[in-house]
Amino acid sequence: MIATMDQIFVLFEHWLVAFLPASMQPVATVLLSVAAIVCVFPGLFALTVWLERKGLGRMQNRLGPNRVGPFGLLQPIADGIKSLTKEDIVPASADAPVHFLAPLLLVVAVFMGFAVLPMGRNMVLVDMDAGLLFFFAMGASTEVSVFMAGWSSRNKYSLLGAMRAVAQMISYEVVLLLSSVAVVMIAGSLSLTKIVEAQNHYSGVFPNWYIFTPWGLAGFIMYAIAATAETNRSPFDLPEGESELVAGYHTEYSGFKFALFFLGEYLAMFSISGLGTTLFLGGWSAPFSFLVWIPSWIWFFSKLMLSIFVFIWMRGTLPRLRQDQLMNFAWKFVLPFTLLNLMVTALWRFMGDGWERWVVCSAILIAAYVIMGRVGMYREHFGPRRYRYAE
Amino acid sequence: MLGEGILKGMAETARNFAGSFVSKERLTTVEYPEERIAPAENARVFPFLVYDSADWEAGLRCVACQICEKECPPKCIYIEKSKDKKPDAVGKPQFYPTRFDIDISVCMSCQICVEVCPFEAIKMDTEFELATEDRFGGLLLDRKQLAKSNQYYHRIHPTEAAEVDARLAEEKAKSDAKAKVAADAAAVKTAASAAQTANSAATQAPVQEGTGD
Repeated sequence: MIATMDQIFVLFEHWLVAFLPASMQPVATVLLSVAAIVCVFPGLFALTVWLERKGLGRMQNRLGPNRVGPFGLLQPIADGIKSLTKEDIVPASADAPVHFLAPLLLVVAVFMGFAVLPMGRNMVLVDMDAGLLFFFAMGASTEVSVFMAGWSSRNKYSLLGAMRAVAQMISYEVVLLLSSVAVVMIAGSLSLTKIVEAQNHYSGVFPNWYIFTPWGLAGFIMYAIAATAETNRSPFDLPEGESELVAGYHTEYSGFKFALFFLGEYLAMFSISGLGTTLFLGGWSAPFSFLVWIPSWIWFFSKLMLSIFVFIWMRGTLPRLRQDQLMNFAWKFVLPFTLLNLMVTALWRFMGDGWERWVVCSAILIAAYVIMGRVGMYREHFGPRRYRYAE
Repeated sequence: MLGEGILKGMAETARNFAGSFVSKERLTTVEYPEERIAPAENARVFPFLVYDSADWEAGLRCVACQICEKECPPKCIYIEKSKDKKPDAVGKPQFYPTRFDIDISVCMSCQICVEVCPFEAIKMDTEFELATEDRFGGLLLDRKQLAKSNQYYHRIHPTEAAEVDARLAEEKAKSDAKAKVAADAAAVKTAASAAQTANSAATQAPVQEGTGD
């Protein structure tokens, strides 16, 4: 029974596909899985938008949307109808084909990333040997569509937003990759299913997730920072800073194309949280050994939603950075620290199983964090802003 | 240490998040159509015309002096003065407005008409739910729509209305006394030199109009 619940979607798919002749079965399997992904994540998107608006409201001591349906639950549907029926405006001087393609490309590229994410035991669309590489390749191509949007709009705000987005995404892409490399070094595989398997065993009741090691915790924090920047979420939402740039690269988008950008942004958030879950939080594995009877896909999606909640929480708390702070933070703190983390990971790998490696690795990371933080704050690279006034 | 401020901030928002479910005082939102806050006593939206007796048309305090029309900065008041005089609420013959329109799409709620009115005839209303489907006609209020009773005025601005009533009563008492004195003097004069100066006493106006201050 437990095994059936765990594999219920896989079994359902097999049952459905069995109705077709053998020659069509591989194609049908893939199509069904794609359809499932294309349905589940936009559904989750609608739920998340509602959660975000309610959660942010509560953080600001407001009620949030509560008019459409019970507790405002139908608000996403109302928003969807609104954006579908709105006029689709293309600026007269815009490069129309590129302007049209940009949001489509964004959503397609983001959806591709889900292909390699293991969402439960045996629940992965394509089990690639180099899944991580594929994921990052697809993630990087979202930058192209953002720049397409900004460039084709022929609008200074769009262009500035796109420039900012590309500068920011490239800077943090490096960090994102390097913090994941630590996991690859320990797991010895680029395949995401193998990375999850490597974490799916327990010491007593506690899991051996990578976040519960010194290098894993450091790597996870760096990954989370880079992921926030990569998805253009607050406090790294400079590319669409509404107080400076109207709406950044999607200023000139309206109606359903804007909705696609919105969808793409949230899907990117899901996929990057899903990858973070897979790399550091044990993917679909249960947090305690006595909870393994709960289906694996429930664990994956709970961890995903937990990460999303942290995203929302950060958005409700932190103000936007300045462009120079953003760049200083990326190149002078996060990147060196991630490189150091790689060294520490190597040390961890070769120090054997004793307790010494815990002490040594933690000491190095904490010392480096404190020293780099102090030095950076002292030089005002990422400390509080000090105002100088004209005499 | 680096990151300390972020953690503090996260704790603060978490406190707000949890607190908003526990304590009702935190949520300041008033869900407007269902719940509403009573407007402040000095709230003002658009002007209205005060009337005294039961019949709005006869009881209007306005005597069509047209001062408000002239003073109105955006010129949203339009008055037509009557040709004849009708007795007002007190019984004195007065001019009256045959037409008194205020275009509330033009009105800027400055209250200058109220300041300049010598007859306490125009006051500010607190009614704000004036949305209408007709953009032009629906926002042009005529004298029937503008006329509201003194009781209504007492209900929306109790303090101010009491002051106004006291002032009006004082003026009335003063003018009554003056009229009485004038009438007495006229009577004495008439008695003293009835034969010679009968005509001069009759031409003296028995009552003077109270103009307030």
